[in-house]
Amino acid sequence: MGLDKLNIISVGKPPAAPIRKTTSEWTRCDRWGHVKCRLTAFRLKYTVEPGLYSIGNPDRNADVFASANYKLSFDHLRRGLSGMNAWILVLDTKGINVWCAAGKGTFGTEELVKRIKEAGLDNVVEHRRIILPQLAGPGVNAKAVLKACGFRVAFGPVSASDISAYMSAGYEKSAAMRTVKFALMDRLVLTPMEINPAMSKFPIFAVIVLLIFGLNPSGIIFRDAWHGGMPFVLLGLIAVFSGAFLTPVLLPFVPFRSFAIKGWLMGVLTVFLSLQLIPGEGILIRTVEYLFFPLLSSYIALQFTGSTAFTGMSGVKKELKIGIPVYIISAVLSFLLLIVYKLKTWEVL
Amino acid sequence: MKYLADVTTISLDAGKCVGCGLCVDVCPRGVFELRDKKAAIIDRDLCMECGACALNCEFGALTVESGVGCAAAIINGMITGGAPSCGCDDDGGSCCG
Repeated sequence: MGLDKLNIISVGKPPAAPIRKTTSEWTRCDRWGHVKCRLTAFRLKYTVEPGLYSIGNPDRNADVFASANYKLSFDHLRRGLSGMNAWILVLDTKGINVWCAAGKGTFGTEELVKRIKEAGLDNVVEHRRIILPQLAGPGVNAKAVLKACGFRVAFGPVSASDISAYMSAGYEKSAAMRTVKFALMDRLVLTPMEINPAMSKFPIFAVIVLLIFGLNPSGIIFRDAWHGGMPFVLLGLIAVFSGAFLTPVLLPFVPFRSFAIKGWLMGVLTVFLSLQLIPGEGILIRTVEYLFFPLLSSYIALQFTGSTAFTGMSGVKKELKIGIPVYIISAVLSFLLLIVYKLKTWEVL
Repeated sequence: MKYLADVTTISLDAGKCVGCGLCVDVCPRGVFELRDKKAAIIDRDLCMECGACALNCEFGALTVESGVGCAAAIINGMITGGAPSCGCDDDGGSCCG
């Protein structure tokens, strides 16, 4: 449909920038894109062009909704507007979702005002209100937007799927619409991006472990590397699984509020269960196994604080203040114990 | 779910509050409630320091030290000596999506 079919050119100046048309449907390609976003760095380039879009057949009284130019954010808004006639103003958030971009200030007052002006929104609609996702709150100062361009910001529901209910309720939010949820599925879809970064460093860990165990006065012995190193490589994988998958998924059910402690507990549990199947190599190795791997799980679990919907900076700083020295001391101690073990096998000690 | 107890930096100056309710509207954690036409913090430990309330309170009744609440970002900040940053501002890091 061309621009001439949109009822926006009756009076005043023509819009300053082109208006793109979109729909509320998700194609198979969209869905596949969403899957790829969750799994790989593909999400970093999954963007839409910033600017004004129309959905349905909006007129000069239709509502304006703002979104980020991360396509997954844009797609959720599109779907939330299913069956409606509305305008969508997409901000340039560098391809980052609404909440993260608001935290960084890219989904911010300045960018919003700039886009409103560039789109000539005051010529497109007669009213002067724009509905933002509530999670734009950390970046957008509603009063400052009103002063700068005359548009009144309304913070809509957190989730685009509540837009229809929000509008039927006369633009009023229930407490549930205002609250960010972090349910099992929300956590589950985030775990691949916890596992990937941990696994990207895993080959370095595996090589170091195999070298330490293979090292002999006569050179690197493959059999020793394999025999002694494999349990450690396996436990390393268990620690990644425990810290990057089990802890996030079971988050509310693991005791204590500290992510470091949650991750450590899950680490102790999984290491204990795994060691029932791995033959013992003596007290020294067992000590290292229980010292190092649960703390590796703890460290990885702590990274999940960056993805949750309820952790704050002061809390993470507190965890790190205690955690980092513990992690470093334990890693060094584990390494020293391994050296003692090696010297014993070489019959130096 | 709640994070660590007694760590949040949020503070509310009831004297400056006019009871407009915008903090109740923008808080995604249900920290506030309007009581007797004034905002009240009903549970401090729910606060995740996102900063939406403080930014939008035009009467300056709310303050909070907001920032990136992510371990990788804070460790980055410790190493570089700067503010916590997850490095996805310009060059596309590996954190948010």
